[in-house]
Amino acid sequence: MKELSVNHLLGIKYINKNDIDLIFETADHFKEVINRPIKKVPSLRDITIANIFFENSTRTKLSFELAQKRLSADVISFSAAQSSVKKGETLIDTVNNILAMKVDMVVMRHSDAGAAHFLSKNVKASIVNAGDGAHEHPTQALLDSYSIREKLGDVAGKKVVIVGDILHSRVALSNIFALQMQGAEVKVCGPKTLIPKYIESLGVKVEPNLRKALEWCDAANMLRVQNERLDFSYFPNTREYSQQFGLTKEILDSLDKEIVVMHPGPINRGVEITSDVADSQQSVILDQVENGVAVRMAVIYLLASKIK
Amino acid sequence: MNPKVLLTSKEIDIILHRLACQLVEKHLDFSNTLLIGIQPRGKFLAERIKSILKTEYGISEVPLGFLDITFFRDDFRRNQKTLEANKTQIDFLVEDKKVVFIDDVLYTGRSIRAALTAIQSFGRPAEIELLVLIDRRFSRHLPIQPDYRGRQVDAFDEETIRVHWSEHEQEDAVFLEETEKN
Repeated sequence: MKELSVNHLLGIKYINKNDIDLIFETADHFKEVINRPIKKVPSLRDITIANIFFENSTRTKLSFELAQKRLSADVISFSAAQSSVKKGETLIDTVNNILAMKVDMVVMRHSDAGAAHFLSKNVKASIVNAGDGAHEHPTQALLDSYSIREKLGDVAGKKVVIVGDILHSRVALSNIFALQMQGAEVKVCGPKTLIPKYIESLGVKVEPNLRKALEWCDAANMLRVQNERLDFSYFPNTREYSQQFGLTKEILDSLDKEIVVMHPGPINRGVEITSDVADSQQSVILDQVENGVAVRMAVIYLLASKIK
Repeated sequence: MNPKVLLTSKEIDIILHRLACQLVEKHLDFSNTLLIGIQPRGKFLAERIKSILKTEYGISEVPLGFLDITFFRDDFRRNQKTLEANKTQIDFLVEDKKVVFIDDVLYTGRSIRAALTAIQSFGRPAEIELLVLIDRRFSRHLPIQPDYRGRQVDAFDEETIRVHWSEHEQEDAVFLEETEKN
């Protein structure tokens, strides 16, 4: 029987193609489960999971919680804003205190790159990275690839462009690793100030022109303009950004093919994507959300089955 | 120990026809009855039964579904290996229907226990019956018995019963063999 090669999901970089295949096969089954009249299975009855979010999140946190509850795990959720972290407790102490209450798995989001990795080396629990700084967001990349696979049949051989703030984006980095591992070709597109200098060393081409990028691709992943991370002006204003890099219905309709439009959310309507595109037939944004629950169920189920 | 043949293709054929006949005796026109094959191995038997109902009795409209019980098993994390799932395909509600579970071998009864829980995700059936090709007598861990049984077999715990189907393994046959040690 197949199992994951890792005991933690810290990033796409640390897993392999077989792991991704196994996660997707398992997610197929969970997708069927969450479309049943009663959407719950009892597999993880004796597993307790702590969701620790040191950074704000709505959809990722909800998606993880729902995935855990659909698997019948016991769940405790914790936001740093209301915690002793404010009183000066260290990360390891916070997590060890939670683990002392007999928690088997920790899902963590943190603003520092490597936080999940650090935790996995220092505490005794299975760790799932729900986003660490500008490093990785593995479950988002998995659900993005899963959505492409669902829409286009396969990820191998497909062309995907990631548009927007690549510099601050953990979604972009995890997506690049995941897509390349599955044999897709990746380009990035965005203001030069928001493209990392050495991005080409990852085998990713830069296409500064949105129209050309869209003409080339099968799927476009439109990243959010993360105003909270833009500590100084990377582009003159959002109006100029949306004129150059915003996806509009006019551009989409002028292409000679139908491309798949993705967005990890939350959407800034009218900035990186217009409302009519976000709500169009070509958009799989809400499918991504549904698939997110199935993929996270698969990740948690497969990791939990390795907890001895 | 070499595998011992418990049932040949001809014997299986006779038994399947008898089981189908017993089902018809109880369910008549199957207007309120559903067949559910328990994945992975009950699928083949369920398809055979359905096909006999059609060819022998002209009953063609029996809904047939396949239920995977992996996520409902009671040995999650007690087993060394990750439990791998199969496809569940139930395109109908089971609310107030008569459900017949179909599986190839009834052994400890734990799979059927899991199936009884799993089916509740699709509604509340009026009643549930169990049809099996092989009933391993004296091996039950739970108070579960079949309503329709092909052949009763006494086997030791160190022995495995293997059912082959021509769709999958070239020929129909049932073997008794020593369990492979991992």
